[in-house]
Amino acid sequence: MNNRPLKRYSYRIIANDFMVAGKGSSSIKSNLKSLGIDATIIRRIAIISYEAEMNIVIHSFGGKIHCDIYENKIVLISEDTGPGIKDVDLAMTEGYSTATESVRELGFGAGMGLPNMKKYSDNFEITTGSEGTRITVTVYL
Amino acid sequence: MKVTKIIDILKAEVLMNYPDENLEVEYGCASDLMSDVLAFANSDSMLITGLSNPQVIRTAEMMDISTVVFVRGKKPGKEILELAEENSLTILATDYSMFETCGLLFLNGLKGIDVNE
Repeated sequence: MNNRPLKRYSYRIIANDFMVAGKGSSSIKSNLKSLGIDATIIRRIAIISYEAEMNIVIHSFGGKIHCDIYENKIVLISEDTGPGIKDVDLAMTEGYSTATESVRELGFGAGMGLPNMKKYSDNFEITTGSEGTRITVTVYL
Repeated sequence: MKVTKIIDILKAEVLMNYPDENLEVEYGCASDLMSDVLAFANSDSMLITGLSNPQVIRTAEMMDISTVVFVRGKKPGKEILELAEENSLTILATDYSMFETCGLLFLNGLKGIDVNE
């Protein structure tokens, strides 16, 4: 079995850089478009990727997003270098957020990030610890 | 509803990309919380917001939303308009409040999104 993706797009995401936030997801979106992938699938990936990107910008020390294209699925991997999520169950609850007031003023920190990512995915996995958080999301084509 | 009609109803100023006569939106999505927009809007929605930062445009971009209305006389800055131009978004600004904007559009037949769908 060949488990390697046909293509991989990777973006480095910088913590606290709110002006640039969204650029990685924007690039992922246009790359998927150029591959001729269905618009509904692209929108789902773009939303998941954008929420992941905002999470890295808001909550982490920085990280990366990889978008792997397979024959029958797209796998989005978001990984950061910490500090981790204290209570994943709480973080998965709609409306729960640890974001600061300044982040809320930007229209984020509504406590919908992780629930949104799960909502638009076919499979959602999260591992977290003080060394970082890794989220793997699958959308089938 | 045609976006050109929305411009008339809201006495809106077109800040970027005057819409094609045929450009239409079916739903209105009014929020200052971009995560809520990402959760509930669809590509036939017009985004109505009082929030003025680049993340509004990014959110519209991810959702394939064609038109954004800034309410209460908010005028987005240069970077925001440039980002909108890059993404071929139509940007409108109205002096009406969020409540009045929604009320006027609803009265004229623009639909809301069923968030429980």
